[in-house]
Amino acid sequence: MTGLLDIRGLRTVFHTPEGAWAAVDGVDLTIRRGEVLCLVGESGSGKSVTGFSTVRLIDPPGEIVEGEILFDGKDLRQASDEELRALRGNRIAMVFQDPLSTLNPVLTIGEQMAEAITAHRRCTKAQITEESVRALARVGIPSPEVRLRQYPHEFSGGMRQRVAIAIALLNSPDLIIADEPTTALDVTIQSQILYEVQTLARETGTAILWITHDLAIVAELADRVAVMYAGQIVESGAVDDVLDRPCHPYTLGLLKSSTGTVRPGERLHQIDGNAPRIDARPSGCPFRTRCDRVVPLCSETYPLRQENGDRAFRCHNPVPAAPATSGEVLP
Amino acid sequence: MTSYFLQRLIQSIAVLLAVSVVVFFAVYGIGDPIELLVPPQASAAERLALIKRLGLDQPVWSQYFTFLGNALSGNLGTSFVHGVPVVSLILGRLPATLELVLLSMITATVVSVPLGLYAGLNPDSRPSRIIMAGTVIGFSLPSFWKGMMLVLLFSVWLGWLPTAGRGETVTALGMQTSLFTLDGLKHLILPTLNLAIPNTVLMVRLIAAGAAEATTQDYVKFARAKGISRRRIVRRHILRTILIPVVTVVGIEFGSLVAFSTITETVFSWPGMGKLLIDSIYQLDRPVVVAYVMLTTLLFVGVNLLVDVLYAALDPRVKLSGGMT
Repeated sequence: MTGLLDIRGLRTVFHTPEGAWAAVDGVDLTIRRGEVLCLVGESGSGKSVTGFSTVRLIDPPGEIVEGEILFDGKDLRQASDEELRALRGNRIAMVFQDPLSTLNPVLTIGEQMAEAITAHRRCTKAQITEESVRALARVGIPSPEVRLRQYPHEFSGGMRQRVAIAIALLNSPDLIIADEPTTALDVTIQSQILYEVQTLARETGTAILWITHDLAIVAELADRVAVMYAGQIVESGAVDDVLDRPCHPYTLGLLKSSTGTVRPGERLHQIDGNAPRIDARPSGCPFRTRCDRVVPLCSETYPLRQENGDRAFRCHNPVPAAPATSGEVLP
Repeated sequence: MTSYFLQRLIQSIAVLLAVSVVVFFAVYGIGDPIELLVPPQASAAERLALIKRLGLDQPVWSQYFTFLGNALSGNLGTSFVHGVPVVSLILGRLPATLELVLLSMITATVVSVPLGLYAGLNPDSRPSRIIMAGTVIGFSLPSFWKGMMLVLLFSVWLGWLPTAGRGETVTALGMQTSLFTLDGLKHLILPTLNLAIPNTVLMVRLIAAGAAEATTQDYVKFARAKGISRRRIVRRHILRTILIPVVTVVGIEFGSLVAFSTITETVFSWPGMGKLLIDSIYQLDRPVVVAYVMLTTLLFVGVNLLVDVLYAALDPRVKLSGGMT
């Protein structure tokens, strides 16, 4: 099974005076051309670090220490700085979480779009303007010609995120890595942007790695989903499959915790305890301290990946295939 | 924009008035200049005539209002010592100071921008640590001592550069200047260096801190994710944002250098405004001191306004508009 992006055994650590802690601890991930993969997990589970590791935008004290990042067959861990630069923003684009801080406040939108084009190909000024206007129009920004001459502070948060997405689209990338791009936005803007991204991905055949903690987004957007916990992917597969028939107790816990499953006034379900700190992960399976299906084996070894076609999970005592949660979990 | 300038103008006039009161009465309190002005062998009648001619027989408030009235018509008084209008006396010394200050500000900027950027972008490298340690030394050494050490090293021991004065000058644009003669330039080097060092190290620290902070910003990471070259990120994304605090410091320092390059001018016997101020204070030449402070205030007010305008040009979020700030 090979895709556009194949991550194998990725391990990214952060060096501290006390030692190197793995934020990403042996991640395997595949994204095929044109598909939307949602990477879901709690804060601190390593989702964003996985996203940034993919294009090697990890700054010291962080370091990618193991694994392969095969993009279109080429291992990006072996790529030179110039090869990476030429790839970033061109074949792999990114959208960040906070639209208020991703655009440079002292440069016009037009200049920030133009530099994204000229970094990768030679273009006349007229062409640059035309392409920028088209990209802004595509993400639903009215009067794009005027907007090009404006500065970020003249845009609302939602509009700025659209601009960031427009910038990501400029060079028709094969892959867009979106790191919780709608988390900072209100719900109506969020669903507009989700809808637009989905349409764009279909039209342009761009694959998307969408990092989120919101299962509602996963249900709405994803073709496939990967659930991350404590630096590892604990379960992955086609989105309906995973959401309807979770195998890993953590996935099941996440699904039960989502607000759609409870009636008004009822207590929300929660997974007991907190995610372990990066420097205090339990031996064996890192989820065992919060798991209600724990067996003695859990504290001894970390379960291996069990694969069944596109479906994979890592658990010694998986949730039995019962239709208990199917259909009613999410709207 | 217009209302903004109008408001600034009114504020400026208020500042000038307040300063005039403080300075006039403070200088009055320093001492009686008559003892220094009248030759010992002068008769009592000559003494009284001089007091009357200088207006020193009037009560102090009446002297102040006479000064104010004259000032409004552009006349800030006549020097007790030199007997010429103080404005032309001070402005006559301005070119010497100005060339020194301009040259040292240019030197400071040209040196500090690359050093500061390097130190800020590579904070853990060895050269950066040397640069940052150097700034502490540069900042801590007092100006007069530094000046004398420069003289000792380059003039006395090495014999490369002259110790004092302006050297040979030529007239350009109606002003005497040392900039266009070799001898003049040689005389300029040491005082320029002495004036430039504190500002250079201040700006290096400011730029280094700004650059280090800017590199951690999301918009810099986003620019990297766009595939922008490091060179362009530094020039367009980082330098542009850190220019704002730099412009502030250049503005303030420019004003204070013109006004208070006193120490350097004294050490190097540079015939500029600072030296005139020191001499006038020693001689209790009241009109010169008062006029000097007034002109300096005017300079600061003007430079501040200019800095605000530059802000608006550098940072699109800044709008110059009326309303109390």
